[in-house]
Amino acid sequence: MRDVVLKVEHLKKYYPLRHAGKGEDAVVKACDDVSFELRSGEVLGIVGESGCGKTTTMQSVIRLVEPTSGKITLCGQDFLSLKGKELKEARKRIKLIFQDPYSSLNPRMTVREIIAEPLDIAHVCSSRKEREDLVLRTMRQVGLDPSFANRYPHEFSGGQRQRIGIARAIILRPAVVICDEPVSALDVSIQAKIINLLKQLQRELGTAYIFISHDLGVVRHIADTVLVMYLGRVVEQGSCEEVFKHPLHPYTKALLASIPRIDSEGGVPEAVLAGDVPSPANPPSGCLFHTRCPYCQSKCGTESPVLKGNPDHQCACHFAEILEQ
Amino acid sequence: MEEKRKNPASRGYYQESWKILRKNPVAMVCLAFVLFLVFIALFAPLIAPFDPDAIDMPSKLKAPDNVHLFGCDEFGRDILSRCIYGCRVSLSVGIVSQLIAVVIGYFMGVCAGYFGKRVDAVISFLIQVFASLPDLLLAMALMFALGRGLGNLYIALGVLSWAKTARLVRGTVLQLKEKEYVKACRIDGGSSFRIIMKHLLPNCIPTLIITVTMGIPSAILSEASLSFLGLGVRAPMSSWGMMISSSKTFIRTSPFYSLFPGFCIIITVIAFNMLGDGLRDALDPKLRK
Repeated sequence: MRDVVLKVEHLKKYYPLRHAGKGEDAVVKACDDVSFELRSGEVLGIVGESGCGKTTTMQSVIRLVEPTSGKITLCGQDFLSLKGKELKEARKRIKLIFQDPYSSLNPRMTVREIIAEPLDIAHVCSSRKEREDLVLRTMRQVGLDPSFANRYPHEFSGGQRQRIGIARAIILRPAVVICDEPVSALDVSIQAKIINLLKQLQRELGTAYIFISHDLGVVRHIADTVLVMYLGRVVEQGSCEEVFKHPLHPYTKALLASIPRIDSEGGVPEAVLAGDVPSPANPPSGCLFHTRCPYCQSKCGTESPVLKGNPDHQCACHFAEILEQ
Repeated sequence: MEEKRKNPASRGYYQESWKILRKNPVAMVCLAFVLFLVFIALFAPLIAPFDPDAIDMPSKLKAPDNVHLFGCDEFGRDILSRCIYGCRVSLSVGIVSQLIAVVIGYFMGVCAGYFGKRVDAVISFLIQVFASLPDLLLAMALMFALGRGLGNLYIALGVLSWAKTARLVRGTVLQLKEKEYVKACRIDGGSSFRIIMKHLLPNCIPTLIITVTMGIPSAILSEASLSFLGLGVRAPMSSWGMMISSSKTFIRTSPFYSLFPGFCIIITVIAFNMLGDGLRDALDPKLRK
């Protein structure tokens, strides 16, 4: 068993609501009681619809926003209690690749300055030459021509820009890299290249990824374990193979059924989700999914299900066992 | 793309902007004129045909001729020479006061936009207060308090216009701080100082260039108004506004006296305004691509 590099326990991020009406919670639970483990060199996929809290969860994990409560253990350290110098040191080990390759690069900085910024902040290079070597080596590693180091971001295509973003994330050899929909802003042909680059880097550097995406095909391709989120909660988690082959939660089933397939006979997929995602400011009682669930029973409206099952495959549904048969 | 491949030297943002500006003939004419004014201001003693302060009573209020191209004032001083020296006052007042305004305005705007919350509330309140005071009244009050003189003009007019810059910078920073490259810097553990200097400042510079160029003509006009009211530079130093002020008694008999300094003010203000327009077109990222 490889060692756990990132352990997240009961992570919560609540946003206060300024104009809470009657009968509404005064908070939006953007991320509610999320727990997972990530082992070195593994890929954890997080899937869910827009607004289900994928990004908030990751921003809390990386402390871009301070989580309301929970515990994060990064490489054996309690990440949330760190301050000042120790925090800066720990930040070397966790990095983020952004979704939008356009707004994630400062237009007034050259590629060299962008890629070297983590080095400059962490003060890891003792000499200019060492810094320069590291920048050029990293550029080569992500498939960028080192002679482009003096260029500005606007001179690159979306795919190349994303490579710059990847170079910035991996230059300090972090233990964990969070990829927040790294390919959803790119053309399909470029997507495959970037995914392959990420896989190749993983082999070379042994980095663990958290891969956020709403593209289930991509997640299935790259992830070892999967976490399915709905309205800020984890509804199903387990190994990638298990979840994709035997989905337990009705929501996961519906998601998987919505993947377009070439061999289907032109018809509408069986389980299409009806309605919209409920407002997170006013979530349904009981099981959050019961308003859209095709198998909803009276119990679902009152009791909130908890994650259960074997550690390899857990699901938060009252009737998971019955539905499986 | 092909062309860029062949040319390994990269073109930065400002080179691109310069390329756009160069294609704008009006802005280029204005830029040339502004440079011409700067040249005149710097080399006024070499260019002026007469000593601007030399009194020559026999030729008082003399109409323009080949010797005195712009004529003479009520003490027989050469108006052309006084206009040339006046250019020094006007330009320096415009530029220095705007630099003061930009330093105060950028600092206040960045603090308000970046730190938000209470800092923003206090600075926004100050901006509102300054914006609601009538410009000229405030400038007069400051000049009364500080006393006449060039240095005090710089300060008064700089204080007068910082609020405009601060408001613009605050708005720009509010947009910029949500950018993902700022978040990336924060994830790396970058300090607020680093974010402000490395990410926010370079992206605010186009805004600052535009506010300075647009602020110079209004500072020049304010200086003229203050000098007209007798609150500007001290005599015998000449300024365009002061010349108009002293010419008002003779406007019926010697109209040329007020005409030339007035003309100087008008074309200078127009040149700066149009150059500002051209710069905005060239620097505005929304008009790019």
